[in-house]
Formats: sequence, structure tokens, C-alpha cells
Amino acid sequence: MRVPPVLFIAWAHVTNRLRQTFIGVIGVATGVGFTIMISGVMEGSQRQFVGTLIDAMPHITITDERLSVSLQPAEQVYGAAQRSNFTATEKRPGISNSNLVLGSLRNWLPGAITPSVKVTAMVYSGNARFGVTVTGIDPRQEETVSKLAKQIVAGELYGLSRGSNAVLLGQALATKIGARVGSTLTITPGTGAPVSASVAGIYKSGVREVDERRIYSLMRTAQMLAGQPDLVNEMRIQLNDAFVAPEVASRVQSQIGYRAIPWQEANADLLSSFKVQEKITSVIMAAMMLASTFAIYSIISTITNEKRNDIAIMKSLGMKEYFVQTIFIIEAAMIAVVGIPVGWLLGYLLCVGMTHIKYSNPITEGTLAIAIYYSPVHYIVVALITLACCLLSAFLPARKASRVHPVDIIRGAA
Amino acid sequence: MSEVVVETKGLVRRVESGATMATIVNGIDLTVYKGEFLAITGPSGSGKSSLLYLIGLLDAPTEGEILICGQATSSMSNSERADMRLTKLGFVFQFHFLLPEFTALENVMLPMQTLGTLSMAEMHERGAKLLTSLGLGDQLNRMPSQLSGGQRQRVAIARALANDPAVIVADEPTGNLDTVSTDQVFAILRDVANSGRTVIVVTHDVSLAARADRRVNVVDGKISGIFVQEHGKAPAEQPSETAKA
Ligand SMILES: Nc1ncnc2c1ncn2[C@@H]1O[C@H](COP(=O)(O)OP(=O)(O)OP(=O)(O)O)[C@@H](O)[C@H]1O
Ligand SMILES: [Mg+2]
Repeated sequence: MRVPPVLFIAWAHVTNRLRQTFIGVIGVATGVGFTIMISGVMEGSQRQFVGTLIDAMPHITITDERLSVSLQPAEQVYGAAQRSNFTATEKRPGISNSNLVLGSLRNWLPGAITPSVKVTAMVYSGNARFGVTVTGIDPRQEETVSKLAKQIVAGELYGLSRGSNAVLLGQALATKIGARVGSTLTITPGTGAPVSASVAGIYKSGVREVDERRIYSLMRTAQMLAGQPDLVNEMRIQLNDAFVAPEVASRVQSQIGYRAIPWQEANADLLSSFKVQEKITSVIMAAMMLASTFAIYSIISTITNEKRNDIAIMKSLGMKEYFVQTIFIIEAAMIAVVGIPVGWLLGYLLCVGMTHIKYSNPITEGTLAIAIYYSPVHYIVVALITLACCLLSAFLPARKASRVHPVDIIRGAA
Repeated sequence: MSEVVVETKGLVRRVESGATMATIVNGIDLTVYKGEFLAITGPSGSGKSSLLYLIGLLDAPTEGEILICGQATSSMSNSERADMRLTKLGFVFQFHFLLPEFTALENVMLPMQTLGTLSMAEMHERGAKLLTSLGLGDQLNRMPSQLSGGQRQRVAIARALANDPAVIVADEPTGNLDTVSTDQVFAILRDVANSGRTVIVVTHDVSLAARADRRVNVVDGKISGIFVQEHGKAPAEQPSETAKA
């Protein structure tokens, strides 16, 4: 087999400068390793967070806000304010003909839907009072639209059907008011008479906002709190694929004329913080890439400077410019080809190491292990970008070297 | 007369020297034949090296034409000139310019690899044969740093001969060598010429130049005299009709 002379010469250059080559390999490996780690942590935490979010809340929530034939601009802008402003009418509008609506949506929805009743209320404990939302549900259907059954940490979901006015409390609220399974508490609606309820169970969703404020009861209990016996003012949809929620929501909305909010919209603030996070991540990754690129650049520059005599004679002997240039680009490729797998290993080990770090998340409760998303895509993409950067960074010094005029060197060396 | 291998016509090379242009080669007409051993002599700074770089296609003339084996080169691209250097020309400089990472044999094989017409085994064989013929049969696998100055220069000559060129150009090839090595190198160049290749050597050493078939003396970028010599003897002062002295 005949080894092309470019490879032969490139190999000799890198193997005769082991210290420099080693530094280059470390530079590339560091860039690759940390970039892989950052990608894994970022994607891991986003997926973990989105996963928690999807588990904790309906994929689509249909409210009783009726969309008139076309929304008035003011309603579009101040929609939320208007919706909560229901004390004036004293009566919640509700979703009319809820059974018909449910039937027609069940025909095509790629998932499950259940009606519920949502009432805002107060819970008193000693001198403290806590604003809560009582969500009236049907325990038999609840399993199809939420993970509530799995989130019960004490008592049970079907406890709601036993006893009169049974409720489920979030763990955070239960702790605050010192309630346990079997305790009784008084729930006072915004308008209407207080209702005495017994705690049938305690759940923990992991989302603080939910665990502190949401109380589950039977629909009947919630309707009683609202003072409207047949009220249905919310429908919750669980989709087979949470990520098609926006499309499904807009179809639902145009079919039934009530506002349907996909989970992405409900959490737009949180999700938009990911965008910022992604930008910061990109900047960090670019800096890492720059580090490895610069390592290659300085090494190839050094080699080409040291090798001016060799370049001069190679060109005198009849080697062409692209040929000389290729030698140095291959050298960069060789360093990258060794550095990348080392970087893969480093990245993997860093990811494994990161999983041992615990952090407390301001959105969810308690401490969590950092979630790493392991994906071969990260490894491949980072490798390709690094290789491209290495070749590009070698290109300039290699081209400069290949343009050395042999006569200039030969005169100088005599 | 025998076949013409190198021919220069009105060769001029000007370079920028500060604000003005300096003419370092100033109208050289020279014809060199197959198998001829030609010495270029002259005072320091007279333009000998500059002329040799032009003949070797390492540098391009400002005016004039160089024909190598009958091919005009002035309108050639860099790449075509590189091909000419690879196949038709061989170089030996005062400094050996061996690649330090490679053995003597690998250095000699490099031009063959670049040309790429021989198999690895054939290159190996040819390289070893060349080095052996120059008395380096037992140094094939030595690194340049393990060789003496004279040995290095002989490896450089073997490398110049690697692709069986028509012309060897050498600029002060013995400039760094002791008398014994100098004698050896000149004897080798003589043999190379005798084997039918054209050898053009720049030297300021008149006694060495006397061993050539012809000596061209250059002064101020111009040929001041051409002397036909019976090699091995003292130079016969016979300015030819082309001399501009
Ligand atoms: N790039 C350049 N710019 C300016 N002047 C140059 C350049 N290259 C060569 N020269 C001048 O051209 C002249 C001829 O140089 P050259 O090297 O050909 O001389 P030489 O006869 O080989 O001398 P020596 O015997 O000392 O090697 C010298 O005066 C030198 O200073
Ligand atoms: Mg000179």
C-alpha cells in the first residue's frame, strides 16, 4: 500500500511534536467535552421541566370564556382581567350544553377530555387564610386526564366519593394549615355559604403553585360552593402527544366557541425563559469552540513557522501549493480526530459527574438531581462542528505557509 | 553540437530595492547542452544565484525566456512550473534542506512519492541504489542529524537525482564542506554529467570551476566571459564570441 506523501509528512510533523500535539488534543477534547456536558445539562433540564409541567397540568384547558364571533381588541388585550372580573354578575357563565360539547369533542380528540368545575375560595387556618382554587372532578375520569392518582401521597383519590364534601389537598397547603387525612376544614367561596369538608387525601404534583393552591373535590361539592348546581366551567384535555396542544386547542376553540388554552401558552413566561437560557448556552458553547479552534490555530501556525525551510524545499522539489497546504490541514484533522473521542469520553464523564449534583428548583419543590439528556446527536453535532472549526482554523496558516516563496528561504538559509 | 537542454534568451530580473528597482540579472543569453558540466563563477553579489534560481524555475524573469528541454517556460502557471521542477530539474543548495523527520532514504524517496509513478518497492529500490552509488549504502536509515555535512550533501544530491531529471542545478553545493567532501561532491557531479545529465553549478571557487566543461563568469548580472575548459586542467583563457567582456 502506498501512503500518500502528504499523510506521511503530516504524520511525521505531529508525531515529532508530541508536546504540542498533546496540547492540541487537550484543547480540542476540552472544547468537545464541555460542550457535550452543557448540551446534556441544558436539554436534560428543559426536558425534565417540560415533563413535570406536562404531567402536572392539563395539556389543554377549555375555559368558559366565550369567544364572540370576533374578539373585540380590548378583549384580546384585557381578556384575562375581564375573565376574573366575575363578582359583578355573581354568576359564573359556565360552559353551556357541556354534555353536547364533550360528546362532539370526544369524536375526534387524540386524547381524553373531562369536565370540571373551578371555584375560587378561601381556606382559614387560625388567623391565616389561604386563597385556593377548588377543582371539582370526576375521580373515575380523572385518571384519563391527569397523573393525580399517581401523585397521591396519603389517603386515596376515590376517597372523594366516600363521605360528604371530601377534598384532596396539595402537600404544601396541607403542611401550611396542618391538615392530615381525616382532618376537617372550612372552605369559604367568594360568594355563598362556607362548606365544611373532610380531607380524603394529600397529593404532591411537584409544581409549587399547584401544591399550594389547588384543592380537588367532587364536581358536586364545587358546584355547591359556586351556588350553581349544574355548573361546568372548565374542561381539561390530556393528549396522546402533548406537543400538538396548540394545533388541537385552536381547532377546539373554533369548533365550540370557548377559549382553549394549550399548556405552552399557559406557561409562556417559563418557556420564554428557556429562550434566554438557550442563547446563553450558545454563547458559552461558541466560547468553548473558540478555545479548541484557537489551540489548533496556534499549533498549526507554530508548525508552519518552524517548517518554512521544509516548505521551501518541498516546493522547490515540485510540490504544489495545495499539496503543501493539505499537509497542514491534515495535521489539524489528525489532532481533531484524536481530540474528539477524548472529548466524547470527557463529556460523558462530566455528564455522569453532574448527575451527582443536587439543586433546588424555584419552580418545583425540593431538590432535584441535575437531569442530563444523553443523545448521540450531541456527540455527532459537536464532533462535526469541532472538526469543521479545526480545519478552518488550520486553513489560514496552512495557506499562508503554502505561499512561502522558496527563493526567499533558500537565500536566507545559505 | 549535441542537444540543447537549457536555453536563456535576454534574461532580465529586476527587484525592488528600497524606492528604486535593482537589476540583478541583466540580459543573459546562455545555451547549455545535454551532458554538459557548466560552472557559473563571478564575484559576490554579481547575480550568480539569481541566475540559477531563474534557470531552476524557482523564480520568474522580469524579461526574457527560459527553455528547458525545448519548452518555453515564461508563460507557464505556477503549477506547470512545479511540474517541470518535479520531472526535469534537480536542486542542490549550500544548505542541505533535508527534512529532519525522515531518514536519508525517505528524503530521497520524497520526490518520487510526489511524482507517484513508481510503486513503494520500486521507490525503495531506486532510492537505495542512488544512495549506494554515492557511497551511502550503509546510511540509508540514518536521520539527517546523524550524518556528517558531506554525507548530508550527498543525500541531497541523491534526492535531486530521484526523478531522473535532465538538469541538476547546484548553488555553492560545497560551500559548507571541507576539502575532502568538496572533492567527493565535485567528482559525483562530474559523474552525473558524464551519465548524460546537464549539471549547472554556481561556485566562487575558481579551482573547482576549472573541473567543469565550460565556465561562465558573471559580473553585475551580465556574462563577462565564457571559457571552454578541458576538465581537470587549468582554465584556458579563451573568451568565446558571445562574451560581452
Ligand atoms: N530580493 C532582493 N531585493 C533586493 N536585492 C536583492 C534581492 N535578492 C538579491 N538581491 C541583490 O542581487 C544581487 C545578486 O544577488 P545574488 O545572490 O544573485 O548574488 P551571488 O552572485 O549569488 O552572490 P554570492 O556569491 O555572494 O552568493 C546582490 O547584490 C543582492 O544584494
Ligand atoms: Mg549566491
